[in-house]
Amino acid sequence: MISEDDVKKVAALSRIHLTEEEIPQFTKNLESILTYIEKLNELDVADVEPTSHVVPLENVHREDVVKPLLSQKEALSIAVEKQDGGFKVPKVIE
Amino acid sequence: MNINELTAHEILRKIKAKETTAEEVHKACVARIEAVDKDVNAFVRLSDDAPDIKSHKGLPVPIGIKDNMCMRGVETTCASHILEGFKSPYDATVITKLKDSGAVLLGNCNMDEFAFGSSSESSYFGPVKNPWNLDCVPGGSSGGSTASVAANEAIWAIGSDTGGSIRQPASFCGVVGLKPTYGRVSRYGLIAFASSLDQIGPITKDVEDNALLLNILAGHDPMDSTSVNLPVPDYTKALERDVKGLTIGVPKEYFIDGMDPEVEAAVKETIEVLKKQGATFKEISLPHTEYAVATYYIVATAEASSNLARFDGVQYGLRVHPKETRKSKLIDMYEETRAVGFGDEAKRRIMLGTYALSSGYYDAYYLKGLKVRSLIKNDFDQAFKECDAIIGPTSPTTAFKAGEKTADPLSMYLSDIFTISANLAGIPGISLPCGFSKAGLPIGLQVMAKAFDEEMIFRIAYNYEQSQEWHKKRASL
Repeated sequence: MISEDDVKKVAALSRIHLTEEEIPQFTKNLESILTYIEKLNELDVADVEPTSHVVPLENVHREDVVKPLLSQKEALSIAVEKQDGGFKVPKVIE
Repeated sequence: MNINELTAHEILRKIKAKETTAEEVHKACVARIEAVDKDVNAFVRLSDDAPDIKSHKGLPVPIGIKDNMCMRGVETTCASHILEGFKSPYDATVITKLKDSGAVLLGNCNMDEFAFGSSSESSYFGPVKNPWNLDCVPGGSSGGSTASVAANEAIWAIGSDTGGSIRQPASFCGVVGLKPTYGRVSRYGLIAFASSLDQIGPITKDVEDNALLLNILAGHDPMDSTSVNLPVPDYTKALERDVKGLTIGVPKEYFIDGMDPEVEAAVKETIEVLKKQGATFKEISLPHTEYAVATYYIVATAEASSNLARFDGVQYGLRVHPKETRKSKLIDMYEETRAVGFGDEAKRRIMLGTYALSSGYYDAYYLKGLKVRSLIKNDFDQAFKECDAIIGPTSPTTAFKAGEKTADPLSMYLSDIFTISANLAGIPGISLPCGFSKAGLPIGLQVMAKAFDEEMIFRIAYNYEQSQEWHKKRASL
């Protein structure tokens, strides 16, 4: 079953910082849900095709014509921080 | 009856007959919100501009909008801290359609954070209360939308349904809520939870209003490649037909141990009513029903973990830097923003979905979930070979007490046991009132039909509703 180390790993993959106190609590929650999900092991699905989508979709294309879109100003109106017409983020390369 | 207690079709008739005006209706709704919303908490924010209602042509009906649909220039937050300050630069397609119809947008309705929940208690803005009994939850996740209608604050509202998030709160609040067929209503501008399951739908006081509102919302949208290009019928026409000669299936798996006996009795009573109206009933089986919740919590959380990856403090909403350096400035910013910005249920679902998709677990969880989804869909395909529609309870109980299930996520998930399958199979389902418990809480009846056969649902629901008085009851608040 899921261990505290697994939860630390999955939190890192999820980009969520957990405190030391939160790790056992989330481990317990996730374990109870995963135990419930084990129920699916009762079924033999070896020959069943997976359904990722209920609508039989084919590629949907649009015509290659220029249409009005959000302006740079409108797009940046929601920015937390901006600089020189771009979204500003913390320094990536130290 | 006060004007805000009327249905949209009654109000539109009165406006036409010059017995009232759109301004008067709007005023009555705003006054009602001021009077009761401190108790109900159905709205997280109200439209701040006084609308120029005279310019609204068409159907100027005041409507509540779930806080996960983008409205241009208006803060939209999914009832989450992480989207604080996000003002959408564009309108969702349903909002454009509503504006074109003349609708008066009242504000953003409260909900479970990111639509993760069945009680509307996980909102960053505090829990929503049930207008029939303020000690009870309104259901969720569209609990603010359904409570706003049940409390007569909004004339009607829209919500979104990923596993029952329109139908279950409609059942708990004694209103009519429809999850349309997947692809019937555009999802463009709906902040995504699980993209293969999410669908926007109408929440109203009666079935006629529901058909009227779906007329506005439905249709193909080039901006949503999963919306389906099929003609949209006039759904109100379906109300003119009776139920004679229809075969309605009753799944034996929808009457389970531990179910509230009052719910069971009320649903069985509706069967007698529809029989008298000429419908034939048949016991059917949906054998994989007991696996639906487990399947859902793999598929929905996997999709959610991917969809919610975009909330990382880079572009919009919340950005938080931790005090100390842990990994690197950028990674620390992502991890702290998400730690502070998401509530516990959002964190649980993101981590569960990430786990189900992660290397080494993908086949055991995600792929298995998709395969069981096929079995569940096949159950419905088989069932609809022998019946025109399926009927059953919307939820196994009436509204539960606030706080009762928050400590045990799994018990919360099980309140959606009868609604989740319709999302996995992509079919439409409605919940409408079919009685009240001795404690005075509404009981919901669910009617499901084949994909794109909402007309069948409206036909059955309307014939039942009109022979009863449930839809005329209003919460005394």
